[in-house]
Amino acid sequence: MSRFSPLEWPVIRQLRTGDRTGRSSAVQSQHTREITARTATADRVVQSICPYCAVGCGQKVYVKDEKVIQIEGDPDSPISRGRLCPKGSASEQLVNSPGRQTRVLYRAPGASDWQPLERETAIDMIADRFIEARRRGWQDADEQGRPLRRTMGIASLGGATLDNEENYLIKKLFTAAGAVQIENQARI
Amino acid sequence: MANADCIVIQGSNMAECHPVGFQWVTEAKARGARVIHVDPRFTRTSAVADKHLPIRAGSDIVLLGALINHVLSNDLWFHDYVLHYTNAATLISEDFEDAEDLDGLFSGYDPETGTYHLKSWGYQTEDEGEGHQADEQRNKGDEERAKAGGQQYGSGGAPVGAGKLVRDETLQHPRTVFQILKRHFARYTPEMVQETCGIAVADFEYLARSVTENSGRDRTTCFAYAVGWTQHTLGAQFIRTASILQLLLGNMGRPGGGIMALRGHATIQGSTDIPTLFNLLPGYLPMPSVTAQTFDDYVDGIRTTTQKGYWADARAYSVNLLKSWWGDAATAENDWAYDYIPRINGAHGTYQTLMAMLKDQVDGYFLLGQNPAVGSANGRLQRMGMSHLKWLVVRDLNMIESATWWKDGPEIASGELKTEDIDTEVFFMPAATHVEKSGSFTQTQRLVQWRHQAVAPPGEAQSELEFFYELGQRIRARVADSDDPRDRPLQDLTWDYPLTEDGEPDAEAVLAEINGQFLTGPRAGEPLSSYTQMTDDGSTAGGCWIYTGIYADGVNRAAMRVPGQQQDEIASQWAWAWPANRRILYNRASADPQGRPWSERKKLVWWDPEKKTWTGKDNPDFPLDREPGSTPDPQQGGPAALAGDDPFIMQADGKGWLFAPKGMMDGPLPTHYEPQESPVDNPVYAQQQNPARIMFPREDNLSAPSGDAPGTDVYPFMFTTYRLTEHHTAGGMSRWLPYLSELQPEMFCEISPELAELKGLEPYGWATIVSPRSAIEVKVLVTDRMTPLTVGGKTIHQIGLPYHWGAGTDAVVTGDGANDLLGITLDPNVQIQNFKTGSCDIRPGRRPQGAARDELVREYQRRAGLTIMTGMERITDPERELNEDPLRARDSGDVAGRSTAYRPGQDATEQEADK
Repeated sequence: MSRFSPLEWPVIRQLRTGDRTGRSSAVQSQHTREITARTATADRVVQSICPYCAVGCGQKVYVKDEKVIQIEGDPDSPISRGRLCPKGSASEQLVNSPGRQTRVLYRAPGASDWQPLERETAIDMIADRFIEARRRGWQDADEQGRPLRRTMGIASLGGATLDNEENYLIKKLFTAAGAVQIENQARI
Repeated sequence: MANADCIVIQGSNMAECHPVGFQWVTEAKARGARVIHVDPRFTRTSAVADKHLPIRAGSDIVLLGALINHVLSNDLWFHDYVLHYTNAATLISEDFEDAEDLDGLFSGYDPETGTYHLKSWGYQTEDEGEGHQADEQRNKGDEERAKAGGQQYGSGGAPVGAGKLVRDETLQHPRTVFQILKRHFARYTPEMVQETCGIAVADFEYLARSVTENSGRDRTTCFAYAVGWTQHTLGAQFIRTASILQLLLGNMGRPGGGIMALRGHATIQGSTDIPTLFNLLPGYLPMPSVTAQTFDDYVDGIRTTTQKGYWADARAYSVNLLKSWWGDAATAENDWAYDYIPRINGAHGTYQTLMAMLKDQVDGYFLLGQNPAVGSANGRLQRMGMSHLKWLVVRDLNMIESATWWKDGPEIASGELKTEDIDTEVFFMPAATHVEKSGSFTQTQRLVQWRHQAVAPPGEAQSELEFFYELGQRIRARVADSDDPRDRPLQDLTWDYPLTEDGEPDAEAVLAEINGQFLTGPRAGEPLSSYTQMTDDGSTAGGCWIYTGIYADGVNRAAMRVPGQQQDEIASQWAWAWPANRRILYNRASADPQGRPWSERKKLVWWDPEKKTWTGKDNPDFPLDREPGSTPDPQQGGPAALAGDDPFIMQADGKGWLFAPKGMMDGPLPTHYEPQESPVDNPVYAQQQNPARIMFPREDNLSAPSGDAPGTDVYPFMFTTYRLTEHHTAGGMSRWLPYLSELQPEMFCEISPELAELKGLEPYGWATIVSPRSAIEVKVLVTDRMTPLTVGGKTIHQIGLPYHWGAGTDAVVTGDGANDLLGITLDPNVQIQNFKTGSCDIRPGRRPQGAARDELVREYQRRAGLTIMTGMERITDPERELNEDPLRARDSGDVAGRSTAYRPGQDATEQEADK
């Protein structure tokens, strides 16, 4: 506890600090004064965009020790002017949620539960199955003999939080492989 | 929106679903604007609006049509704007017959296929000879589009052919669009609004007054909608109706005007621009159809060389895409590798794919941040469909219900599926969040904003960019030595992306490819700065023409971040909007035909006669040197053919379309049909539902009867679904977050005190809701926010249902899914399902568990006498006299439609097999 000083009397403090309405520094406790916002001690701040609705609010992502420690609205954004809604404000938890999955899991045919799988193995297995499904569902031509050159054995449904660059690669790869059943939340 | 003088929010709960965007509505209101909310429910949007008009879900065309009628019959339309900038004066074919004349059908309806032949909706042209030639070119394209699901016109209008269009500037000729419009909407009166929508005449008059008094030279009105307009069997026509009204009032292309589509996901706009959709290639180029076997066929299907505007250069856009994907392997000799692209021959949308899954025709399925077990219509069918797969890849942040239905889904609980019998292999791959990767989102106003990576993804999580890059590497390695021609597109694919320090593909390099570059000549290797630099000779490449300029001068313009405070309200240095960093589309319409702003107050772009150029606050959306009075020869085609008063530069005639001679599958004008399931008979026509809607008549996708048909009383109430502020769609990004789950912990319904009393429902108690598809249990919220409406002499109770919950075990909060109640019926234009209206019963208490739940659903079905044909009639009264010669245009090959259309008999037989 600090030693009592007449200068710390609230009215004097108000006059001394110029906080005329008594709603700012004059009414802060020592405890409050000693708190530092975690945003102030972040190693870096990265500009981002909220991943929820399509308003496109600006976000500032605060990083310390390579962890996201806070996400706040970006006052520079002419769209959102620093504001975030409940979902945008909770997006730090989207990143750090305790229930988030960070391991590849595999469920075998008929199995009652998951088993772990190496990511490299999983991608190889998916590539093998992709080639096989592509072959099984291949159609060279329609009933009138007109070329189709496609496969109906593979389909995809994407959410609308996929980046433009990601969508571009997905469409490019699937199209080159002859897969046409590529869909997105945009239809839903 | 902040510049609007009146804002009508209809089909959207903007304050709760786009809370931060809503600040601009609040800003407009603070500047004096009037805000009106039209919605079945009273929400926080209504709470801060000047007025809330409760409406019966699905009746919006009647309300908007009555506004159009009000504007036309009281001479309140914006004369100079309508005469010069729209097709009001254009004459329509003598063969056209309106739905008003044919009791609910337009001319050209083919009852066999449930589709329209479009020829009779066309423009009249002056020069027979040239018109005929253009017709042939045009028809070729129409046929292709028809075969491909008929919905791929993209951001441009459909080609209307060439030849000088016949116009009557006095608007008196009975075949002018203007006169047709007048006749078409004449029966949409305030009384009909009261009868159909449940909105009082005085309330309608308030709305009409607000909209018309706040439109004109000095004032503008803005409409805002969301999926409350799109998720219907005629959703595209809801938006068309608003477009007609806004064109008549002169509110398009102007500050504070327009129709704002409030899209619901971070880059759902980007997902259509650079689409992962079956019918589109990047930049709204169509996926090639089986009928377009040559590249020339394909390009002719997109444009005619003599049409006006920028779509005329579609050949260059297509060549640039092919050069981007196949590089040196795409040459003039091989039609730019056009044959490397697979062909579509019908709709291959997500619901058609579901039907294919149920028939064991799909082996593998990728779910990329999407949860159809909860988020798509008829949830049970979605889960059953997945149980037919050989393998399923789910890439998500959390263990969503679409990844676990095989062990904890409702069908496991009911005993319908047994885990050990399900042979589907499931791969769960953890994904990276938005801060763990760099890339761009395109928000709802076409603004492309870059996100910088903040941290690395945890554990084995990775971005889709990295996953698909790697998957592509491995697939390509497996076919590298193949001599099978089907592998050539994979072998020749340009797939070398530079890697970042972390070993991930560099997203900015992908953005550069999307932007495009010069391939030859002195500037070879330099990024393109505008799509007008694209050529069709292979000397340039660019992956998505509308995004060209985003990487001009090698600078990532999506990452531009000049703070808003340091800019004017256009804020053109914050990120980049396609096309050409233009913030308001068609903004040439913000000036009068002579190029002067309509008023000082609504000034945006204008013609500078000194410097002979268009200029202004925004980037002008018009050829910069085209004088306002110029009338170039329309026959030369392309941007050069645009007259000085053709502001709608992507339309084939440069005009805003009050009447759509091409492009819509279910009518050139919007007209009211009842939803798939409705408590009333259509008050407008004998035709009950949209005759062109897409249906899937199956035992597991039954519909309730409508109007006075027997069995309607078994499902006497309407329900409509919606979002909450604290959750996001099917919950994958919200129900796993403790904060958000605590804010909205459980599934509930909103009902009126009257309905609660009628059915004996206790506040905060349980209720069971039964539809022809499923039964779900919900907590009961009794609230005045729901208003019983009087429609067609009946009291209509509407039940509100949020749809975020799903049955599983991994989320912080779980619950029954509202989408399980919904059947699958689609809009024919865009193949979107109806989510916004359905028939149901509600009763107190929890639903039965296990197999008894299905038994309850079946008991209701029996009581209502449902068959797979209930509600599936295309023509409501088959005995009625149909259009004399519905197939008059059949020989032209001029057809709209889909191969998946329901055909009487055929699918019913198939249904037997499905069982």
